[in-house]
Order: sequence, then structure tokens, then C-alpha cells
Amino acid sequence: MKPAKFDYHDPTSVDEALGLMAQFGDQARPLAGGQSLVPLMNFRLIRPAHLIDLNGVNELSYLRADDAALRIGATTRQRELERSPEVAKRWPLLRDAAAFIGHIQIRNRGTVGGSLAHAFPSAELPVAMVALDASMVLGAKKTRRSVRAEDFFLSYMTTALQPDELLLEIAVTPLPGNAGWSYQEVSRRHGDFALAGAAAVLALDANGFIHHARLTLTGTTPIRVRKVEESLLGERPSEALFGDAARRATENLEQDSDIHASAEYRRGACAALARRALMQAAQRAAESVKGTLR
Amino acid sequence: MSTRQVRLRINGREYSGAVEPRKLLTDFLRDDLGLTGTHVGCEHGVCGACTILWNGEPVRSCLLFAVQMNGADLKTVEGIAPNATELHPLQEKFWELHGLQCGFCTPGILLTAEALLKEIPNPSEVEIREWLSGNLCRCTGYQNIVTAIQEAANAVNSAKS
Repeated sequence: MKPAKFDYHDPTSVDEALGLMAQFGDQARPLAGGQSLVPLMNFRLIRPAHLIDLNGVNELSYLRADDAALRIGATTRQRELERSPEVAKRWPLLRDAAAFIGHIQIRNRGTVGGSLAHAFPSAELPVAMVALDASMVLGAKKTRRSVRAEDFFLSYMTTALQPDELLLEIAVTPLPGNAGWSYQEVSRRHGDFALAGAAAVLALDANGFIHHARLTLTGTTPIRVRKVEESLLGERPSEALFGDAARRATENLEQDSDIHASAEYRRGACAALARRALMQAAQRAAESVKGTLR
Repeated sequence: MSTRQVRLRINGREYSGAVEPRKLLTDFLRDDLGLTGTHVGCEHGVCGACTILWNGEPVRSCLLFAVQMNGADLKTVEGIAPNATELHPLQEKFWELHGLQCGFCTPGILLTAEALLKEIPNPSEVEIREWLSGNLCRCTGYQNIVTAIQEAANAVNSAKS
């Protein structure tokens, strides 16, 4: 229950941190909030030889919003995201998802980038970022590249990050006009790992027809169900429509069984949450349309 | 064994020590500095017994390395009473209303509650339970803890007005 020995590095700039990543590669782990990494180290499930602490890299901690996007520095604390009035106003889906992460004591230290790079299947932010079509800026010593959230999450706890790369920034574009959103999840107790989750974004035209739809579910990795999204376009929101969409979205959804829930339960819960998320997003979108016409 | 020197502020007092990088903050507080009020429960961030305040915010001290705390400003349960003979209103109400039984989880809960009352001086029961969700208590069933926090809030607010 105590971590194995490691060499500790505390860079103060992105360049310095990326230099260390290039030097130590897969022998090193970056340390952000440590809310997932340190438990794994305490259990000795992992024993990195080098720990590269990003907490002193001040240039990685920021929230900047302009007309084009919300830019989130990778080591921004989850609690900052949750507390930001700008995020609450323009990216409420992100705020709602963040409030489900662990507990306040975890969110005070846990970072946005840390949760995304860890890519735990039941984590909130990966699902939210995929639903929001976010893009990730990945940096190595000599390169920078941008990867869409959907392409960033590859499989169970596996991302597109190379051993010498760090997640530097997440960019989230604004929702389309008159869009509604919803983030839903179920866990045994509030703050526990989610057993299932769903995020939806829907936008309606002036006549009440769906003209934009996004639905993302928790699975072994966040899953955007594009076929179902496309089938909603041009339709009018209804319980029947969304019930059917949720059923189709989860029919072949890959899920894990573990001590907390069976794969079957998770699929069923995902379907119920998908339906609720679509309903709530449609309601919010309808309210937004009404507000615009008034 | 390579060690690094850390200097930090705890409960308004300067401390320093040489630590191996893998030393958890909880162990540094207890074993090196003798601040044994911070309790060690699960050591993987679940139980909340080791909760301390880091720059005023409640965090798990078992998920921090002492070496990361160079220059930090911390508060532990030893620092919440105003002086050696008086209790903090939270401590007073926990004592009066049986907000603890075995007391193992109490230090973490007191620090979470102190941060809660700073952020929300008059919290609702829902808010109290939301904040407390990160601190496990296996004795009390939480009811008396919730009541004690509500009463402490009332005591602090009426003393102010």
C-alpha cells in the first residue's frame, strides 16, 4: 500500500516536461492531479521508474473562452471547470458532467487532462468531450498535433497518446444555435464509478424538427452512435422516437461485466439513460427555440 | 536513498523535512512531523479519512506525495481550533450532538465541513450530504454529523449577526 521507488522530476515549463518525456518515454508517467495514478501506484499495480510532475507547469492550467472555442489547459482542475460561470453558461454539458466526477475532494485536485488521458471507461469527461466534438492538442518534443476526441479514445484505458507525448490542451467549440443538452449517469451511490452514462446534444429548427443530433454512451470507451444520430434528423422529438433510438443505439453495445454490474445490466441502463438524455436535450432545445422566436 | 528537501506551511507554522519522493503526504504529516490527527484509512482515495485542506480546499493527503508540497499552505485537524483551550464551533457541535463514535473519520469530516461552511455559510441538508459524500463513516449513519454541521453553521452565523 505504499508506492515503489521512482525518480521525481518537477519541470516548470511545457518544453522541459516534453524534454523529459522524450528522454524517458515509456519508463515515465506524467503526474497531473494523481487521483487515478497514485492509487494505482499505492497498490503497486504500476511502478513507473520516473514520475514527471506537471503541477509546476503553470502554463498548462487555464480556461480561455472566445467566440471560436473554450480552450482548457490540460492540468486545469476539474473543480475549476465545475465552478466557471462561462462554462456553466456556454458549455453546461461539461459543467454537469464534471459535477459527477468522484467527490469534491477529488475534483479539487483532479485535472481535466488527467481524466481524459487516463481514459477510464466509466469516466465522465471522455463521454462529455466526445459528445461535444472536442479536439485534443497532443505535444511531443518536436511536434504538435490535434486529434478529435472520437479518435483520441482507442479502447479500454488506451488513447492515441504516444509514450513521449503529453495532452496539452482541449478545445471545445460552442454548441449549435438553439441546442439542448443532457448528461445522465447511474452509479450505486453519488460519486461512485458510473455503471452507465449517456450524453446528448440536440438542436431543433423553427418548426420543431431535429436538425442536429449527437449521442454518446459509456462503453469500454466512449461511443458516438452516428447511425442513430443520423436517423433522428428531420424527425420530431417524441418518447417513441427516442425510445426506439436508445434501443438501437445499445443493441450491440460492447460492455464489460464486473463485480459491480453485468454487461447486460449496463446495456439496459445505457438504453434508459440514452432515452432520458435525448428527451431532456429535446426539451431544452425546444425552450431555446421558443426563447429565440419570442 | 535520494531525498529532497521540502518547506511548507501547516496550520500557520513553517515546517521542513527531507523526504524520499515516494513518501505520501499522509505519512510525512504523521511520521515525520508528528501531526497524527490526520488519519490513514484506505490509502487509495476512497474513504476520506486523510482529508486535509490544501490552499483552503479539501483534498486527499494519501494521493499526494510530500515532495509535491514544497511551498504549499496546508491545514490539518490540529489547526482548526482557535487556541489550546477552545474548540472550533464544528468540534463543539460534533461533541455536543454525538457527531462521532469511534472518531476515525472525524478529522477528515471536520476539514471538509470547515471548507463547506467557508464556501456556503448556510448549507442545506442536500449540500451538506453532497460534500460529505467523499468521507465515509462506518459508525454513525451520518444523521448526527449532518445535524452537527447544521448547528455549527447556525452558531457561526448567529455569532456574526
